[in-house]
Amino acid sequence: MEQAFEQIFQDKIDREVRIEPKDWMPEKYRQTLIRQISQHAHSEIIGMLPEGNWITRAPSLRRKAILLAKVQDEAGHGLYLYSAAETLGISRDQMYDQLHTGKAKYSSIFNYPTLSWADMGVVGWLVDGAAIMNQVPLCRSSFGPYARAMVRVCKEESFHQRQGFEILYVLSKGTEAQRRMAQDAINRWWWPSLMMFGPKDDESPNSIQSMKWKIKRFSNDELRQKFVDVCAEQVKVLGFTLPDKDLKWNEERGHYDFGPINWDEFWQVVQGNGPCNKERLDARKKAWEEGAWVRDAALAYANKKAKQKQAAA
Amino acid sequence: MATMKNEIDFLLHLADNALIIGHRNSEWCGHGPILEQDIAITNIALDYIGQARNFYQHAAELINQHPIGIDITQSGKDIVLPATEDSLAYLRDVREFKNLLITEIPNGDWAHTTLRLFLLSEFELQLFTQLLQHTDAQVAAIAEKSIKELSYHVKWSQDWVLRLGDGTEESKQRMQAAIEAIWAYTGELFIQPEYATAACLNYAAIQTAWNKKVTAVFEEAGLHIPSKTFVQKGGADGMHTEHLGYILAEMQYLQRAYPNSEW
Repeated sequence: MEQAFEQIFQDKIDREVRIEPKDWMPEKYRQTLIRQISQHAHSEIIGMLPEGNWITRAPSLRRKAILLAKVQDEAGHGLYLYSAAETLGISRDQMYDQLHTGKAKYSSIFNYPTLSWADMGVVGWLVDGAAIMNQVPLCRSSFGPYARAMVRVCKEESFHQRQGFEILYVLSKGTEAQRRMAQDAINRWWWPSLMMFGPKDDESPNSIQSMKWKIKRFSNDELRQKFVDVCAEQVKVLGFTLPDKDLKWNEERGHYDFGPINWDEFWQVVQGNGPCNKERLDARKKAWEEGAWVRDAALAYANKKAKQKQAAA
Repeated sequence: MATMKNEIDFLLHLADNALIIGHRNSEWCGHGPILEQDIAITNIALDYIGQARNFYQHAAELINQHPIGIDITQSGKDIVLPATEDSLAYLRDVREFKNLLITEIPNGDWAHTTLRLFLLSEFELQLFTQLLQHTDAQVAAIAEKSIKELSYHVKWSQDWVLRLGDGTEESKQRMQAAIEAIWAYTGELFIQPEYATAACLNYAAIQTAWNKKVTAVFEEAGLHIPSKTFVQKGGADGMHTEHLGYILAEMQYLQRAYPNSEW
C-alpha cells in the first residue's frame, strides 16, 4: 500500500504536478520540506538584524525609507514561509522553539557583522543576489505552497538586489573614502556569499534525494558557478574588484575559474562560531521572551472578547 | 517675512516630530514581540519617515525661495544653503530641532511604545484635520495624505491600549505604568508654538477632541489618568531631553563623518 502511494507520488513529481498539503507524501519528504522551509523562514527573520543595524544610521532619508521597506519585506517573507511550513503540520511556535534552542539552522551569512553603510549595498547585491540564484528554481519546487510563496519572495528579492547594487554604484561615483568603504565591504562579504550555496556537491548530504523530489533543481556547485559568472561581470561596472586572485575567465569551460573556498570557516560558522552567531540568536530570544507578556495579554483579551460576544448572542 | 519664517518653523516642527517618532518606532524593527506586529510598527515608522520627507522638502523649497534675512533656527545659526530634506534632517543640532518631547523619550516596553503612539497620533490626526484648511495648498495636501496613515496609526495603537489595558493583570499594570510615565509629556501637545500662526489652527479644539477620545479609550480599558502631573515642555522651542542628542548622534553620524558626500 505504502509502496503504491509512493509510486503515485513520485509519478506526480515526475509529471511536474504540484504536491499540495493534503496530498499523501512520504514522511521524509515532509520532514525535508519542514527543515528547508523553516530554515529559510528563520533566515529571513535573523536576516532582518544585520540590516536593521543600519536603519537608524542610514545616511539619507531616502535610504532610510528604502531600508525600512526592505527589512519589512524580509519580515513578510518570514511570515509567508512560516505559513507555508505550517501546512505541513508544524506550528510557528514550534519552529521558533527549534530556532531558539539551536535545533534549526538559518543561513550562516547572517552571522557576519555589518560594519559600514557599504555593507547595506553589498548585502543587497551579493547576499540577496546569491539568495535569488538559490530561490528562483524554488518557484518550481514540487511542493505547491512553497513554490507559490517563492514567486513573491523572488520578485521582492530582485528589487532588493537592484537597490543594493545602486547603493554601491553611488558609492563608486563618490569620494575616495566612500570607494574604500565599498571595496572593503565587497572584500569582507564575497567569500561568505559563495558559501551561501552550501557545501560542494560531493559533500552535500541531502542533495540527491531533494533533486529526485524536485525540491531542488540545480546542484550547489552549479548555482555557485552561475553566481560567480554574473558577479565577475557586474563588479566591472562598479569599478571594484572581487578579492580572488584566481578569478579568471576560462574560455574552454565558458565560465570563470575561482579560488578555493575556506570550508573550515564555513563549518565553524555553521557550528556556531561565526562572529555574530551568539548576538543574532540572543537578539531573537530576547525579543521572544520579552514579548511573552504581550502575546499572553493579546490572547487573554481575544478570549475575553469572544466570550462577551458569545454571551451577547 | 515674519509669516514665512513662521511657516518654515512650523513645517520643521511637523517634520521633526515625524522624523523622531519614526526613528523611535524603527528601533523595534526586528525586535517586536510578534512577527505581524514587527511588520506593523516598521510600516508605521516608514509612514512617519515619509511624512518627514514631505515636510522637509516643502520647508527646503520655501527656505531656498526666501533665503535672505530668514534666520530660521532657534539657536541663531544659519541653515546650510541650499536647504534639502537631508540637510534639514542631518545637519541641524539638538537646539534647532523643534519636535515635541513625547516623540524623543525612549521606547520602553511595548505598552510604552503603543501608548505613546496612541496619544501622539490622535493629537496629530486632529491637528492635520485642521491643516486641510491651510492656505498653503502643499501643506493641505501633505496633511491629506498623512491623515490616511494617521487614522491607521490611531486604530492600531488604540487597539493595543485596549488589549493591554484589559488583557492580563501584568499587561494592565504595565499599561498603567506607561500612562504614569508618559502623561507628563502630553501637556506639551496643546501648547501652541509661537510660530504656529496659521489661521486654520485651533489648539483648544484639538485638546477637547483629544481628551474626549483618550478618556473614552482609557475608560473602556479600565485605565485611569494620573491625578496630578507636571507638564514637561520646551521641545517645540528647541529645549529637549538628554535623549535627543543620542538620537541625532546616531542618525547623523554618516553625514557628519563624511561631509559633502552623495549617498
